[in-house]
Amino acid sequence: MSAPGWVAVGLLGGAAAAARFFVDAAFAARSDHPFPLGILAVNLAGTLALGLVAGAALSGEALVIVAGGVIGSFTTFSTWMLDSHRLADTGHAHLVWLNIGLSLIAGFAAVALGHWAGSAL
Amino acid sequence: MRPSRFDLRPLAAIYVGGVIGALARVGLAEAGAHGPGEWPWATFAVNMAGALALGYFFARLRDHPEDSLAHPFLATGVCGTLTTFSALQLELFQMIDAGRLALAAAYVGATLAAGYAFVRAGISLERRPRPEAAR
Repeated sequence: MSAPGWVAVGLLGGAAAAARFFVDAAFAARSDHPFPLGILAVNLAGTLALGLVAGAALSGEALVIVAGGVIGSFTTFSTWMLDSHRLADTGHAHLVWLNIGLSLIAGFAAVALGHWAGSAL
Repeated sequence: MRPSRFDLRPLAAIYVGGVIGALARVGLAEAGAHGPGEWPWATFAVNMAGALALGYFFARLRDHPEDSLAHPFLATGVCGTLTTFSALQLELFQMIDAGRLALAAAYVGATLAAGYAFVRAGISLERRPRPEAAR
């Protein structure tokens, strides 16, 4: 990848991290329920977008910048796992399974839907 | 006294952490590109490393003051951005689409089991007794 491509990955990756923080904070401000709805929303929106981009057959540097730099940075695996651990640790074991199961199943539906829509473009 | 307004410092910390996390993840992905029939080592490696590090930082920074920049920088910025959920889902979709069902099952199972274990390992790593803390 070219030097401007790497610069774009870094700058857009930072912006995507900030966007994740804002979405998560907006959800947290509206509810004090322990379920991590904000991260679920971030991950599902990002997965839908990645399916779309992959289905639309974007390629080369543009794909690396959008898929890896923007969407990959917006979504997160580590926070999803830590939130699941914290649910278990605070006595919400049933919500652990909901958080993991719902993310996986809805995530698969999101990537499939995005891929289908992207291919139809 | 400063008038109460939005504090930009945590946001800047998240941004800088995000730049580092994104470059590390994309750099590794570019170095180890793979096909739908292969184990996605690059995604797997960043997700496991980020889960371990986030567990450690979460435990380490638990008692830090609210306005500390360490948590936004390390947890939300670096670890949150280094790891990714969307690539994991796309890789699973592509494996299933290519008929590699056993690979997809192994990949999702290993990612979840090891990812969860790594978060817990990171937390215990921080909680183990340190010589300088012994009194």
